[in-house]
Amino acid sequence: MIHIENLHKKFGRNPVLEGVELSIAGSGIHAILGPNGSGKTTLIKSILGMVCPDRGSIHLDGTPIRGEWAYRNRMGYLPQIAEFPSNLAVAELFRMIADLRQQEGQAWPLIERFGLQPFMDKKLGTLSGGTRQKVNLVLTFMFDAPLYILDEPTSGLDPRAMIALKTLIRERKSSGALFLITTHIMPLVEELADNVIYLLEGRVYFEGSLEQLYHHTGENHVEPAIAAIAEQTHV
Amino acid sequence: MFKILKYSFYDLLRSRWSYVYLGFYLLLGFVLLFLNQDLSKAVITLMNVIIVLVPLIATILGVMYFYNSREFTTLLLAQPLRRSRIFLGQYLGVAGSLSLSLVLGLGLPFALYGLFRSGAIWDFSLLLLTGVFLNLIFTALAFLVALANDNRIKGFGYAVLLWLFLAVIYDGLFLLSLILLEEYPLDTFALGASLLNPIDLSRTLILLKLDISALLGYTGAVFKSFFGTSLGLVISLGVLLLWTVLPTGLMLRKARSKDF
Repeated sequence: MIHIENLHKKFGRNPVLEGVELSIAGSGIHAILGPNGSGKTTLIKSILGMVCPDRGSIHLDGTPIRGEWAYRNRMGYLPQIAEFPSNLAVAELFRMIADLRQQEGQAWPLIERFGLQPFMDKKLGTLSGGTRQKVNLVLTFMFDAPLYILDEPTSGLDPRAMIALKTLIRERKSSGALFLITTHIMPLVEELADNVIYLLEGRVYFEGSLEQLYHHTGENHVEPAIAAIAEQTHV
Repeated sequence: MFKILKYSFYDLLRSRWSYVYLGFYLLLGFVLLFLNQDLSKAVITLMNVIIVLVPLIATILGVMYFYNSREFTTLLLAQPLRRSRIFLGQYLGVAGSLSLSLVLGLGLPFALYGLFRSGAIWDFSLLLLTGVFLNLIFTALAFLVALANDNRIKGFGYAVLLWLFLAVIYDGLFLLSLILLEEYPLDTFALGASLLNPIDLSRTLILLKLDISALLGYTGAVFKSFFGTSLGLVISLGVLLLWTVLPTGLMLRKARSKDF
Protein backbone atom coordinates (compact mmCIF):
# COMPACT_ATOMS: atom_id res chain seq x y z
CA MET A 1 0.00 0.00 0.00
CA ILE A 2 2.78 2.40 0.96
CA HIS A 3 6.03 2.10 -0.88
CA ILE A 4 8.92 4.39 -0.01
CA GLU A 5 12.14 4.46 -1.96
CA ASN A 6 15.41 6.13 -1.09
CA LEU A 7 13.81 9.03 0.75
CA HIS A 8 16.09 11.92 1.63
CA LYS A 9 15.32 15.12 3.48
CA LYS A 10 17.50 17.84 4.89
CA PHE A 11 16.39 20.75 7.02
CA GLY A 12 18.96 23.39 6.29
CA ARG A 13 22.23 21.54 6.74
CA ASN A 14 20.76 19.00 9.08
CA PRO A 15 20.02 15.70 7.34
CA VAL A 16 16.94 14.05 8.84
CA LEU A 17 16.07 11.29 6.40
CA GLU A 18 18.97 9.59 4.65
CA GLY A 19 17.63 6.99 2.32
CA VAL A 20 14.53 5.48 3.90
CA GLU A 21 13.33 2.32 2.18
CA LEU A 22 10.02 0.97 3.34
CA SER A 23 7.20 -1.13 2.01
CA ILE A 24 4.02 -1.62 3.96
CA ALA A 25 1.02 -3.52 2.69
CA GLY A 26 -2.24 -5.00 3.87
CA SER A 27 -3.76 -4.14 7.20
CA GLY A 28 -2.33 -4.19 10.67
CA ILE A 29 -0.57 -1.89 13.06
CA HIS A 30 2.95 -0.75 12.36
CA ALA A 31 4.83 1.00 15.14
CA ILE A 32 7.47 3.46 14.01
CA LEU A 33 10.07 3.67 16.74
CA GLY A 34 13.35 5.42 17.14
CA PRO A 35 15.17 7.90 19.34
CA ASN A 36 14.27 11.58 19.33
CA GLY A 37 15.32 13.23 16.11
CA SER A 38 15.54 9.97 14.17
CA GLY A 39 13.09 11.29 11.56
CA LYS A 40 9.81 9.66 12.60
CA THR A 41 7.68 12.77 12.29
CA THR A 42 9.47 13.88 9.13
CA LEU A 43 8.78 10.50 7.55
CA ILE A 44 5.12 10.71 8.48
CA LYS A 45 4.80 14.27 7.23
CA SER A 46 6.45 13.26 3.96
CA ILE A 47 3.78 10.60 3.47
CA LEU A 48 1.18 13.28 4.14
CA GLY A 49 2.78 15.70 1.70
CA MET A 50 3.35 18.32 4.38
CA VAL A 51 7.10 17.94 4.05
CA CYS A 52 8.56 17.89 0.55
CA PRO A 53 11.41 15.33 0.34
CA ASP A 54 14.63 16.31 -1.42
CA ARG A 55 15.06 12.96 -3.12
CA GLY A 56 13.30 9.63 -3.38
CA SER A 57 9.72 8.70 -3.94
CA ILE A 58 6.62 7.71 -2.04
CA HIS A 59 3.96 5.61 -3.73
CA LEU A 60 0.55 5.06 -2.29
CA ASP A 61 -1.43 2.23 -3.88
CA GLY A 62 0.94 2.35 -6.81
CA THR A 63 0.70 6.07 -7.59
CA PRO A 64 3.35 8.61 -6.62
CA ILE A 65 2.02 11.19 -4.15
CA ARG A 66 4.23 14.09 -5.21
CA GLY A 67 2.03 17.05 -6.05
CA GLU A 68 -1.11 15.04 -5.39
CA TRP A 69 -3.66 15.98 -2.77
CA ALA A 70 -6.81 13.91 -3.22
CA TYR A 71 -5.16 10.81 -1.75
CA ARG A 72 -5.41 12.43 1.67
CA ASN A 73 -9.12 11.63 1.84
CA ARG A 74 -8.04 8.02 2.24
CA MET A 75 -6.08 8.99 5.33
CA GLY A 76 -6.72 9.94 8.90
CA TYR A 77 -3.83 11.88 10.41
CA LEU A 78 -3.29 12.63 14.06
CA PRO A 79 -0.62 15.30 14.44
CA GLN A 80 1.78 15.19 17.34
CA ILE A 81 0.85 18.59 18.64
CA ALA A 82 -2.85 19.37 18.47
CA GLU A 83 -3.00 22.84 16.97
CA PHE A 84 -6.38 24.35 16.29
CA PRO A 85 -7.70 27.80 15.50
CA SER A 86 -8.25 29.02 19.04
CA ASN A 87 -11.37 31.09 18.50
CA LEU A 88 -13.39 28.22 17.06
CA ALA A 89 -15.73 26.05 19.16
CA VAL A 90 -15.24 22.28 19.16
CA ALA A 91 -18.53 21.60 17.33
CA GLU A 92 -17.69 24.26 14.73
CA LEU A 93 -14.32 22.66 14.09
CA PHE A 94 -15.89 19.26 13.40
CA ARG A 95 -18.46 20.86 11.10
CA MET A 96 -15.83 22.87 9.31
CA ILE A 97 -13.54 19.92 8.59
CA ALA A 98 -16.47 17.79 7.41
CA ASP A 99 -17.49 20.67 5.15
CA LEU A 100 -13.96 21.13 3.79
CA ARG A 101 -13.48 17.43 3.14
CA GLN A 102 -16.97 17.18 1.66
CA GLN A 103 -17.33 13.87 3.41
CA GLU A 104 -19.98 12.77 5.83
CA GLY A 105 -18.17 12.53 9.17
CA GLN A 106 -19.26 10.22 11.97
CA ALA A 107 -18.32 12.47 14.86
CA TRP A 108 -21.01 11.74 17.46
CA PRO A 109 -20.16 8.14 18.37
CA LEU A 110 -16.57 9.27 18.91
CA ILE A 111 -17.54 12.34 20.90
CA GLU A 112 -19.49 10.07 23.24
CA ARG A 113 -16.67 7.58 23.42
CA PHE A 114 -14.16 10.18 24.52
CA GLY A 115 -16.67 12.03 26.69
CA LEU A 116 -16.41 15.32 24.82
CA GLN A 117 -20.11 16.26 25.04
CA PRO A 118 -19.64 18.96 27.73
CA PHE A 119 -16.96 20.66 25.63
CA MET A 120 -18.80 20.96 22.34
CA ASP A 121 -19.52 24.69 22.71
CA LYS A 122 -16.20 25.58 24.31
CA LYS A 123 -13.59 27.48 22.35
CA LEU A 124 -10.62 25.37 21.34
CA GLY A 125 -8.20 27.83 22.86
CA THR A 126 -9.60 27.27 26.34
CA LEU A 127 -9.29 23.48 26.36
CA SER A 128 -6.72 21.56 28.36
CA GLY A 129 -4.00 19.55 26.63
CA GLY A 130 -5.71 16.21 27.14
CA THR A 131 -9.06 17.48 25.93
CA ARG A 132 -7.43 18.94 22.83
CA GLN A 133 -5.88 15.56 22.17
CA LYS A 134 -9.35 13.99 22.38
CA VAL A 135 -10.66 16.54 19.89
CA ASN A 136 -7.67 15.68 17.75
CA LEU A 137 -8.59 11.98 17.95
CA VAL A 138 -12.22 12.57 17.00
CA LEU A 139 -11.06 14.63 14.04
CA THR A 140 -8.76 11.83 12.92
CA PHE A 141 -11.25 9.00 13.24
CA MET A 142 -14.47 10.71 12.19
CA PHE A 143 -13.87 9.75 8.58
CA ASP A 144 -13.52 6.10 7.68
CA ALA A 145 -10.15 5.64 6.03
CA PRO A 146 -8.06 2.66 4.96
CA LEU A 147 -4.94 4.30 6.40
CA TYR A 148 -4.43 6.02 9.76
CA ILE A 149 -1.26 7.80 10.69
CA LEU A 150 -0.95 8.58 14.38
CA ASP A 151 1.92 10.66 15.73
CA GLU A 152 2.22 10.11 19.49
CA PRO A 153 -1.49 9.36 19.92
CA THR A 154 -1.42 8.87 23.69
CA SER A 155 0.15 12.15 24.77
CA GLY A 156 -1.88 13.74 27.56
CA LEU A 157 -4.63 11.13 27.58
CA ASP A 158 -6.19 9.92 30.82
CA PRO A 159 -6.52 6.14 31.39
CA ARG A 160 -10.15 6.06 30.35
CA ALA A 161 -9.46 7.80 27.05
CA MET A 162 -6.43 5.59 26.56
CA ILE A 163 -8.60 2.48 26.78
CA ALA A 164 -11.15 4.06 24.44
CA LEU A 165 -8.37 4.79 21.96
CA LYS A 166 -6.95 1.27 22.06
CA THR A 167 -10.42 -0.21 21.55
CA LEU A 168 -10.99 2.15 18.64
CA ILE A 169 -7.69 1.23 17.01
CA ARG A 170 -8.44 -2.49 17.35
CA GLU A 171 -11.92 -2.04 15.88
CA ARG A 172 -10.65 -0.16 12.87
CA LYS A 173 -7.84 -2.64 12.40
CA SER A 174 -10.26 -5.55 12.36
CA SER A 175 -12.27 -3.80 9.68
CA GLY A 176 -9.14 -3.76 7.55
CA ALA A 177 -7.39 -0.46 8.22
CA LEU A 178 -3.65 0.04 8.16
CA PHE A 179 -2.04 1.96 11.02
CA LEU A 180 1.27 3.77 11.27
CA ILE A 181 1.87 4.81 14.84
CA THR A 182 4.86 6.57 16.35
CA THR A 183 5.23 6.35 20.09
CA HIS A 184 7.72 6.22 22.90
CA ILE A 185 5.45 4.11 25.07
CA MET A 186 6.68 0.54 24.72
CA PRO A 187 3.85 -1.24 26.54
CA LEU A 188 1.54 0.26 23.93
CA VAL A 189 3.69 -1.20 21.15
CA GLU A 190 3.67 -4.57 22.86
CA GLU A 191 -0.07 -4.46 23.22
CA LEU A 192 -1.02 -3.23 19.76
CA ALA A 193 1.71 -3.52 17.18
CA ASP A 194 2.00 -6.29 14.63
CA ASN A 195 5.12 -4.88 13.14
CA VAL A 196 7.97 -2.68 14.32
CA ILE A 197 9.91 -0.21 12.20
CA TYR A 198 12.96 1.15 13.95
CA LEU A 199 14.38 4.35 12.52
CA LEU A 200 17.87 5.45 13.30
CA GLU A 201 19.76 8.42 11.91
CA GLY A 202 17.37 8.75 9.03
CA ARG A 203 17.35 5.12 7.93
CA VAL A 204 15.25 2.07 8.65
CA TYR A 205 17.48 0.15 11.01
CA PHE A 206 15.15 -2.73 11.76
CA GLU A 207 11.87 -3.82 10.32
CA GLY A 208 9.90 -6.89 11.29
CA SER A 209 7.31 -8.46 13.51
CA LEU A 210 7.54 -8.43 17.29
CA GLU A 211 8.72 -12.04 17.24
CA GLN A 212 11.48 -11.17 14.83
CA LEU A 213 12.45 -8.28 17.08
CA TYR A 214 12.65 -10.58 20.09
CA HIS A 215 14.62 -13.12 18.10
CA HIS A 216 16.94 -10.46 16.73
CA THR A 217 17.78 -9.10 20.15
CA GLY A 218 17.37 -12.14 22.36
CA GLU A 219 14.93 -10.28 24.59
CA ASN A 220 11.29 -11.07 25.26
CA HIS A 221 9.87 -7.59 25.78
CA VAL A 222 9.84 -4.58 23.54
CA GLU A 223 11.43 -2.18 25.97
CA PRO A 224 14.68 -4.13 26.56
CA ALA A 225 14.70 -5.18 22.91
CA ILE A 226 14.64 -1.57 21.74
CA ALA A 227 17.20 -0.69 24.38
CA ALA A 228 19.35 -3.52 23.05
CA ILE A 229 19.11 -2.16 19.52
CA ALA A 230 20.07 1.25 20.80
CA GLU A 231 23.05 -0.35 22.59
CA GLN A 232 24.16 -2.22 19.47
CA THR A 233 24.18 0.93 17.45
CA HIS A 234 26.40 2.72 19.91
CA VAL A 235 29.18 0.17 19.46
CA MET B 1 -10.86 27.44 -2.31
CA PHE B 2 -14.08 29.32 -1.72
CA LYS B 3 -14.72 27.31 1.42
CA ILE B 4 -11.31 28.22 2.79
CA LEU B 5 -11.92 31.82 1.77
CA LYS B 6 -15.22 31.69 3.63
CA TYR B 7 -13.66 30.33 6.82
CA SER B 8 -10.75 32.77 6.73
CA PHE B 9 -13.22 35.57 6.21
CA TYR B 10 -15.39 34.45 9.15
CA ASP B 11 -12.29 34.01 11.24
CA LEU B 12 -11.31 37.61 10.58
CA LEU B 13 -14.80 38.89 11.24
CA ARG B 14 -14.68 37.08 14.54
CA SER B 15 -11.29 38.41 15.48
CA ARG B 16 -12.70 41.96 15.54
CA TRP B 17 -9.85 43.41 13.51
CA SER B 18 -12.17 43.95 10.57
CA TYR B 19 -14.45 45.99 12.81
CA VAL B 20 -11.57 48.04 14.12
CA TYR B 21 -10.59 48.93 10.55
CA LEU B 22 -14.19 49.51 9.53
CA GLY B 23 -14.59 51.86 12.50
CA PHE B 24 -11.36 53.60 11.64
CA TYR B 25 -12.34 54.20 8.01
CA LEU B 26 -15.83 55.34 9.04
CA LEU B 27 -14.34 57.84 11.45
CA LEU B 28 -11.81 58.96 8.85
CA GLY B 29 -14.54 59.45 6.26
CA PHE B 30 -16.77 61.49 8.54
CA VAL B 31 -13.94 63.60 9.94
CA LEU B 32 -12.56 64.41 6.48
CA LEU B 33 -15.98 65.42 5.22
CA PHE B 34 -16.60 67.51 8.30
CA LEU B 35 -13.24 69.30 8.01
CA ASN B 36 -13.31 69.81 4.25
CA GLN B 37 -17.02 70.52 3.86
CA ASP B 38 -16.58 69.53 0.24
CA LEU B 39 -16.62 66.15 -1.49
CA SER B 40 -13.89 66.77 -4.05
CA LYS B 41 -11.49 68.25 -1.52
CA ALA B 42 -12.19 65.38 0.85
CA VAL B 43 -11.35 62.93 -1.92
CA ILE B 44 -7.95 64.56 -2.39
CA THR B 45 -7.17 64.47 1.32
CA LEU B 46 -8.39 60.92 1.43
CA MET B 47 -6.01 59.96 -1.33
CA ASN B 48 -2.98 60.88 0.71
CA VAL B 49 -4.26 58.79 3.58
CA ILE B 50 -5.16 55.79 1.45
CA ILE B 51 -1.91 55.71 -0.46
CA VAL B 52 0.14 55.34 2.70
CA LEU B 53 -2.18 53.76 5.23
CA VAL B 54 -3.87 51.03 3.20
CA PRO B 55 -0.56 49.36 2.32
CA LEU B 56 0.58 49.59 5.94
CA ILE B 57 -2.59 48.05 7.31
CA ALA B 58 -2.61 45.31 4.66
CA THR B 59 1.04 44.51 5.36
CA ILE B 60 0.60 44.28 9.12
CA LEU B 61 -2.68 42.39 9.05
CA GLY B 62 -1.43 40.06 6.32
CA VAL B 63 1.67 39.07 8.29
CA MET B 64 -0.26 38.87 11.54
CA TYR B 65 -2.99 36.71 10.06
CA PHE B 66 -0.50 34.40 8.42
CA TYR B 67 1.40 33.74 11.62
CA ASN B 68 -1.72 33.56 13.79
CA SER B 69 -3.46 31.09 11.52
CA ARG B 70 -0.55 28.69 11.36
CA GLU B 71 -2.56 26.12 13.30
CA PHE B 72 -5.44 26.45 10.88
CA THR B 73 -3.02 26.09 7.98
CA THR B 74 -1.38 22.93 9.32
CA LEU B 75 -4.79 21.49 10.01
CA LEU B 76 -5.84 22.19 6.42
CA LEU B 77 -2.63 20.82 4.97
CA ALA B 78 -3.40 17.36 6.36
CA GLN B 79 -6.80 17.41 4.65
CA PRO B 80 -7.44 16.42 1.05
CA LEU B 81 -7.07 19.96 -0.20
CA ARG B 82 -4.82 21.43 -2.82
CA ARG B 83 -2.00 23.48 -1.31
CA SER B 84 -2.41 26.38 -3.69
CA ARG B 85 -6.14 26.54 -2.85
CA ILE B 86 -5.41 26.71 0.86
CA PHE B 87 -3.11 29.68 0.53
CA LEU B 88 -5.08 31.41 -2.20
CA GLY B 89 -8.23 31.04 -0.08
CA GLN B 90 -6.59 32.50 3.00
CA TYR B 91 -5.04 35.31 0.99
CA LEU B 92 -8.31 36.27 -0.62
CA GLY B 93 -10.03 36.02 2.76
CA VAL B 94 -7.67 38.59 4.29
CA ALA B 95 -7.53 40.90 1.28
CA GLY B 96 -11.29 40.62 0.83
CA SER B 97 -12.14 41.46 4.40
CA LEU B 98 -9.73 44.41 4.35
CA SER B 99 -11.23 45.66 1.11
CA LEU B 100 -14.74 45.31 2.46
CA SER B 101 -13.79 47.38 5.52
CA LEU B 102 -12.30 50.00 3.24
CA VAL B 103 -15.20 50.20 0.80
CA LEU B 104 -17.91 50.17 3.46
CA GLY B 105 -16.02 52.40 5.89
CA LEU B 106 -15.34 55.13 3.37
CA GLY B 107 -18.30 54.54 1.11
CA LEU B 108 -20.90 55.01 3.81
CA PRO B 109 -19.95 58.52 4.98
CA PHE B 110 -19.46 59.72 1.42
CA ALA B 111 -22.72 58.21 0.26
CA LEU B 112 -24.55 59.87 3.16
CA TYR B 113 -22.94 63.17 2.24
CA GLY B 114 -24.47 62.95 -1.22
CA LEU B 115 -21.76 61.30 -3.27
CA PHE B 116 -24.19 59.90 -5.80
CA ARG B 117 -25.47 63.34 -6.69
CA SER B 118 -22.02 64.84 -7.11
CA GLY B 119 -19.43 64.75 -9.85
CA ALA B 120 -16.82 63.34 -7.49
CA ILE B 121 -18.26 59.86 -7.74
CA TRP B 122 -15.85 58.67 -10.45
CA ASP B 123 -12.84 60.04 -8.67
CA PHE B 124 -14.06 58.46 -5.49
CA SER B 125 -14.66 55.10 -7.16
CA LEU B 126 -11.20 55.17 -8.65
CA LEU B 127 -9.84 55.93 -5.21
CA LEU B 128 -11.58 52.92 -3.75
CA LEU B 129 -10.51 50.73 -6.65
CA THR B 130 -6.89 51.75 -6.10
CA GLY B 131 -7.35 51.07 -2.39
CA VAL B 132 -8.60 47.57 -3.16
CA PHE B 133 -5.63 46.98 -5.45
CA LEU B 134 -3.24 48.17 -2.76
CA ASN B 135 -4.90 45.78 -0.31
CA LEU B 136 -4.45 42.87 -2.73
CA ILE B 137 -0.86 43.79 -3.52
CA PHE B 138 0.36 44.33 0.01
CA THR B 139 -1.48 41.36 1.49
CA ALA B 140 0.22 39.18 -1.13
CA LEU B 141 3.60 40.73 -0.35
CA ALA B 142 2.98 40.21 3.36
CA PHE B 143 2.06 36.55 2.82
CA LEU B 144 5.15 36.10 0.68
CA VAL B 145 7.42 37.58 3.35
CA ALA B 146 5.74 35.55 6.09
CA LEU B 147 6.06 32.33 4.08
CA ALA B 148 9.75 32.94 3.58
CA ASN B 149 10.37 33.60 7.29
CA ASP B 150 9.45 31.15 10.00
CA ASN B 151 10.63 33.58 12.61
CA ARG B 152 7.74 35.95 13.34
CA ILE B 153 9.86 38.86 14.50
CA LYS B 154 11.98 38.69 11.36
CA GLY B 155 8.89 38.33 9.17
CA PHE B 156 7.27 41.35 10.76
CA GLY B 157 10.47 43.32 10.45
CA TYR B 158 10.99 42.56 6.78
CA ALA B 159 7.34 43.21 5.92
CA VAL B 160 7.29 46.60 7.62
CA LEU B 161 10.64 47.42 6.06
CA LEU B 162 9.21 46.58 2.64
CA TRP B 163 6.30 48.93 3.28
CA LEU B 164 8.65 51.63 4.54
CA PHE B 165 10.78 51.24 1.45
CA LEU B 166 7.91 51.45 -1.02
CA ALA B 167 5.98 54.17 0.83
CA VAL B 168 8.77 56.48 1.96
CA ILE B 169 12.34 55.57 1.03
CA TYR B 170 11.60 54.88 -2.64
CA ASP B 171 10.27 58.41 -3.14
CA GLY B 172 13.33 59.85 -1.47
CA LEU B 173 15.69 57.86 -3.67
CA PHE B 174 13.61 58.77 -6.69
CA LEU B 175 13.80 62.49 -6.00
CA LEU B 176 17.46 62.26 -5.16
CA SER B 177 18.23 60.55 -8.45
CA LEU B 178 16.22 63.17 -10.33
CA ILE B 179 18.23 65.94 -8.73
CA LEU B 180 21.55 64.21 -9.25
CA LEU B 181 20.82 63.37 -12.87
CA GLU B 182 19.24 66.73 -13.61
CA GLU B 183 21.18 67.24 -16.82
CA TYR B 184 19.95 64.12 -18.53
CA PRO B 185 16.58 63.48 -20.13
CA LEU B 186 14.79 61.54 -17.45
CA ASP B 187 11.30 61.06 -18.80
CA THR B 188 11.53 57.36 -19.46
CA PHE B 189 13.47 56.76 -16.28
CA ALA B 190 10.92 58.60 -14.17
CA LEU B 191 8.13 56.76 -15.87
CA GLY B 192 9.70 53.37 -15.35
CA ALA B 193 10.58 54.17 -11.77
CA SER B 194 7.02 55.08 -10.89
CA LEU B 195 5.69 51.94 -12.54
CA LEU B 196 7.99 49.87 -10.36
CA ASN B 197 6.38 51.03 -7.15
CA PRO B 198 2.66 50.31 -6.65
CA ILE B 199 2.30 53.16 -4.15
CA ASP B 200 3.81 55.72 -6.52
CA LEU B 201 1.77 54.30 -9.33
CA SER B 202 -1.48 54.60 -7.37
CA ARG B 203 -0.69 58.17 -6.42
CA THR B 204 0.05 59.12 -10.02
CA LEU B 205 -3.05 57.38 -11.22
CA ILE B 206 -5.37 59.20 -8.83
CA LEU B 207 -3.71 62.55 -9.34
CA LEU B 208 -4.02 62.20 -13.10
CA LYS B 209 -7.69 61.48 -12.70
CA LEU B 210 -8.25 64.30 -10.23
CA ASP B 211 -6.51 66.57 -12.72
CA ILE B 212 -4.69 68.65 -10.19
CA SER B 213 -1.38 68.86 -11.98
CA ALA B 214 -0.25 71.68 -9.72
CA LEU B 215 0.00 69.17 -6.92
CA LEU B 216 1.87 66.70 -9.05
CA GLY B 217 5.43 65.81 -8.53
CA TYR B 218 7.76 65.25 -11.41
CA THR B 219 6.50 61.70 -11.80
CA GLY B 220 2.95 62.68 -12.56
CA ALA B 221 3.89 65.49 -14.89
CA VAL B 222 5.88 63.12 -17.03
CA PHE B 223 3.14 60.58 -16.88
CA LYS B 224 0.56 63.07 -18.01
CA SER B 225 2.47 64.34 -20.98
CA PHE B 226 3.48 60.84 -21.92
CA PHE B 227 0.23 59.02 -21.87
CA GLY B 228 -2.59 61.48 -21.70
CA THR B 229 -5.19 60.67 -19.15
CA SER B 230 -7.18 57.77 -20.54
CA LEU B 231 -4.35 55.64 -21.89
CA GLY B 232 -2.42 56.33 -18.69
CA LEU B 233 -5.38 55.07 -16.72
CA VAL B 234 -5.54 51.80 -18.64
CA ILE B 235 -1.79 51.20 -18.41
CA SER B 236 -1.67 52.09 -14.73
CA LEU B 237 -4.52 49.74 -13.90
CA GLY B 238 -2.85 47.05 -15.96
CA VAL B 239 0.40 47.47 -14.07
CA LEU B 240 -1.46 47.41 -10.76
CA LEU B 241 -3.04 44.15 -11.86
CA LEU B 242 0.42 42.83 -12.69
CA TRP B 243 1.59 43.96 -9.27
CA THR B 244 -1.22 41.88 -7.78
CA VAL B 245 -0.72 38.76 -9.86
CA LEU B 246 3.06 38.62 -9.57
CA PRO B 247 3.46 38.51 -5.75
CA THR B 248 0.45 36.18 -5.52
CA GLY B 249 2.05 33.79 -7.99
CA LEU B 250 5.37 33.97 -6.16
CA MET B 251 3.58 33.37 -2.89
CA LEU B 252 1.86 30.27 -4.24
CA ARG B 253 5.12 28.99 -5.68
CA LYS B 254 6.83 29.48 -2.35
CA ALA B 255 3.98 27.69 -0.59
CA ARG B 256 4.27 24.69 -2.87
CA SER B 257 7.74 23.71 -1.76
CA LYS B 258 7.51 24.70 1.90
CA ASP B 259 7.73 22.19 4.73
CA PHE B 260 5.26 22.32 7.58
